[in-house]
Amino acid sequence: MIQREKVYKYIFAGLAFTSLIFLIGITIVLFKEGLPMFKEVGLFEFLGGKYWYPTYEPPDFGILPLILGSFLVTLGALFICVPLGVGSALYINEIATGRQKTILKPLIEILAGIPSIVYGFFGMVVVAPFLQELLGLPVGQTAFTGSLMLGIMATPTVCSISEDALSFVPKSFRYASFATGANRWQTLTKVIIPSAGSGISTAIILGMSRAVGETMTVLMVTGGAAVIPHSIFQPVRTMTATIAAEMGETVLGSNHYHALFAIGLILFLITLIFNIIAELISRRFRIKLGLGR
Amino acid sequence: MAENIRIEVKDVNFYYGKKSALQNVSMDIKKNKITAIIGPSGCGKSTLIRLFNRMNELIPNTRLEGRINLDGKNIYSSKIDVVEVRRRIGMVFQKPNPFPKSIFENVAYGLRVNGIKERKYIAAKVEKSLKNAAIWEEVKDRLSDNALGLSGGQQQRLCIARALAVEPEVLLMDEPCSALDPTSTRKIEELILDLKKKYTIVIVTHNMQQAARIADYTAFFMLGDLIEYDVTDKIFTRPSKKVTEDYITGRFG
Ligand SMILES: Nc1ncnc2c1ncn2[C@@H]1O[C@H](COP(=O)(O)OP(=O)(O)OP(=O)(O)O)[C@@H](O)[C@H]1O
Ligand SMILES: [Mg+2]
Repeated sequence: MIQREKVYKYIFAGLAFTSLIFLIGITIVLFKEGLPMFKEVGLFEFLGGKYWYPTYEPPDFGILPLILGSFLVTLGALFICVPLGVGSALYINEIATGRQKTILKPLIEILAGIPSIVYGFFGMVVVAPFLQELLGLPVGQTAFTGSLMLGIMATPTVCSISEDALSFVPKSFRYASFATGANRWQTLTKVIIPSAGSGISTAIILGMSRAVGETMTVLMVTGGAAVIPHSIFQPVRTMTATIAAEMGETVLGSNHYHALFAIGLILFLITLIFNIIAELISRRFRIKLGLGR
Repeated sequence: MAENIRIEVKDVNFYYGKKSALQNVSMDIKKNKITAIIGPSGCGKSTLIRLFNRMNELIPNTRLEGRINLDGKNIYSSKIDVVEVRRRIGMVFQKPNPFPKSIFENVAYGLRVNGIKERKYIAAKVEKSLKNAAIWEEVKDRLSDNALGLSGGQQQRLCIARALAVEPEVLLMDEPCSALDPTSTRKIEELILDLKKKYTIVIVTHNMQQAARIADYTAFFMLGDLIEYDVTDKIFTRPSKKVTEDYITGRFG
């Protein structure tokens, strides 16, 4: 019996550590393949360079346009996924009847399950031409189109994590609030939302991290111009889309190849930072509500 | 209506869905007295006092028959504002439930939601409520600390202060000491006796000694029926029903 338990223990420990091995492996490869770039081009030149012409002679390896592209698209996505995600979470948690809840929650989860290529396809074929027509733009594939698609894609993440945060707020807070003569709106804004506040922030950061890392959709709908954007209605190219589009054409071990890895490394660091912040905030949230670590 | 009656319960039936939790309950709660509600678990004590401040409305699928009057007015009438009822009838819950806010903000909460903005007034009121709840001395130097850092007994007194801040006329307490140690319990009992001067208090308790010590009147419930309701002394020394005697002497439940 005890023998058997030990075996189980090792099996599960092994499984748990497998993902850790992958994480370490990926990190090592990113650093190993990305760092040589900085021998060619200085870090600041790489991050701040305005031109990305990796195949010209001589090549330019400035990723500022790509960083700005990612930033613009992500920021725009936030403006869409935060109101949609947090709003639906509030609706599901506070207003929806039991029946509506059982319909809405799975529906939003289905939204999360749609492959990103499908979003991209939909964005390219339906949304981009529609926006082009509607706004009278020269092209439909713009940062805005990307933001719109990413915003919708990140909504389920924001919604379901916010919803968890709201449902973790103890019922007793609500009762205490009503019992002191607060109405529903006051209870929501003064007790429930502040109590779930850091949980909701976590949701937003994780949604953001999803938007920054998304590749397929932005590749298909943002137009792919690696220039510094001046408006959200211009085509842009994000860091992820650059890697996806160019990796197939580079020569293994070339400067271009290392440059793409260096972009990957930077993306990895950005999402890592997002996730660490999210974790720190959510830990504070659980302590605040007395839920332990 | 007699002068000294604050709450009148008239022919009340209450249902959770189809399940009846109170049957044909009628009783008068006297002004500036402590009324204890006792009875075995599940007999409807919490349900009854939650009817007094309309908290049962937050539970879906419930139904009330009969009427409950506060100072002669039916609190369930469509003309009555539920927020007003809850302001006039404060409640302290079984488990201390301070908000994850500062000690000060917890007490100020009821004032703020009732539209009071004047800072000085709020500060004075918070201090007075904390004093009335016998916790001022312990917290006066750390009013901006998070209330969740207080001990259980302190949290419960803070919750009492929070309820007192809006100056209710009635204070409902649902087993306020059940999560507390004997010292905190004694403090809260003293506090309740003191509050009687200004407030009408209804307290649910599982502790017979507690009811005997502090209550002026005691009501004994069983399975949703009001079995006996009288002066505490009489209930504990010469109950008129056999079941009451069995219960208080601990022969069952
Ligand atoms: N939210 C609810 N939904 C359905 N039934 C409920 C609900 N709350 C209470 N009841 C039922 O109503 C009856 C009375 O419950 P109540 O909580 O008023 O009892 P109580 O006397 O306060 O018990 P305790 O001493 O255990 O707190 C019980 O049978 C209980 O199961
Ligand atoms: Mg109870």
